[in-house]
Amino acid sequence: MIETDITIIGAGPVGLFTVFEAGLLKLKCHLIDSLAQPGGQLTEIYPKKPIYDIPGYASVNAGELIDNLLEQIAPFKPGYTLGESAVSIDKEENGDFIVTTNKGTEHRSKAVIIAGGLGVFQPRKPPVANLEKFEDNGVEYIIKEPNLYKDKDVVIAGGGDSALDWTIYLVENEIAKSVALVHRRASFRGHLDSVQKVMDLADAGKIDLITEAEVTDLYGNEKLEAIGISKNKEASVTRNTDHFVPLFGLKPTLGPIADWGLEIEKNAIKVNTIDYSTNREGIFAVGDVNQYPGKLKLILCGFHEATLAVQSVFSLVYPEKKNVLKYTTVNGVSGF
Amino acid sequence: MADNMVTVHIIDREGVQHDLEAPTDMNMNIMEVCRSYELPVEGRCGGMAMCATCMCYLKSDHELPEQSDSELDMLDEAFFVEDNSRLGCQIQISDEIDGIVLELAPEGN
Repeated sequence: MIETDITIIGAGPVGLFTVFEAGLLKLKCHLIDSLAQPGGQLTEIYPKKPIYDIPGYASVNAGELIDNLLEQIAPFKPGYTLGESAVSIDKEENGDFIVTTNKGTEHRSKAVIIAGGLGVFQPRKPPVANLEKFEDNGVEYIIKEPNLYKDKDVVIAGGGDSALDWTIYLVENEIAKSVALVHRRASFRGHLDSVQKVMDLADAGKIDLITEAEVTDLYGNEKLEAIGISKNKEASVTRNTDHFVPLFGLKPTLGPIADWGLEIEKNAIKVNTIDYSTNREGIFAVGDVNQYPGKLKLILCGFHEATLAVQSVFSLVYPEKKNVLKYTTVNGVSGF
Repeated sequence: MADNMVTVHIIDREGVQHDLEAPTDMNMNIMEVCRSYELPVEGRCGGMAMCATCMCYLKSDHELPEQSDSELDMLDEAFFVEDNSRLGCQIQISDEIDGIVLELAPEGN
């Protein structure tokens, strides 16, 4: 069991900065994030985009801001549970919270701060009937274990780098029996060398490249047996396959947060702006995941919210101690 | 009509047309105008052409500026794309689009 003062759900910019402000108050933090790396949207979606409204920076790239935050919080040695998403928050009799992830990792803490942004990143699912029926029975959105496709017929859909790269991988390593790549357009916008490689494989007859086409139907009983592919919106043609792998990137969804007994408004967690506390004592919500009158979804507002939230956490963890505002210019930063 | 205002016609997912007044001097785009009138446009990525939740279909014969690479990249991966698909966040409110007719694409991106 991982034990700290605060479990922070979400390792985006606001979750990371929470570690800093908590650290100044001698509160130790552990971060959980569904993505494999810290940074949330900033590193997952737009690492190269400049941000112009971080005080003190005329311009800073999103990825660089995250690097800087990681450096800033390093003295406070936060723990990380990455690549796992928080699924439940249980309160023990002594008031401690236990946050459990989808992989069963448990985190004990005195308080929980949800900095979940837009939610958990999940694969974008194409609008195909019966898709969910065949999930894990022939339909996978992420290739975790390439050997699953050993000697199988596989259809990959998508036009981005992951669709191109996995097509190449499954063929060049002679894993799949057959590979077809279905893409809605005639051309690909992925890396040029990947595109060229896929074209070469198609010319050599090693893959079926089916462009200007979409997968429109799925057939099978328990397991996926065939799919329907429609070219130029004409009637679909059936193709036997063991696997269908749609690779259309990730999108955030609120996910299990909606089931934690928290008051939800406008797809976000309602908080009290005194300290960004939720309706459950000891659970706070900061950043894009919260909602209050006048809310602005800005990183800089999230930083402010986190700073106030940890003051209340301090009173919760050390009810007998007085908390005095200290300036880092006077005291510096002393880590753990 | 006041100066610096144009009218945009948005057909929602129920087929109802909304005639919206939009300012040309506020650096706004179609996604933002729809949201300010509380039409059901999510705009999840905030306008970076990175989510396609503001996708719409151009129904009038307005000439729009050429699509950027980032818009085309997103449309390449989006669902429900047609030849007249556009991302609302990439259409700036300007005098040139006065009277434009756009239909919201289905939800699910």
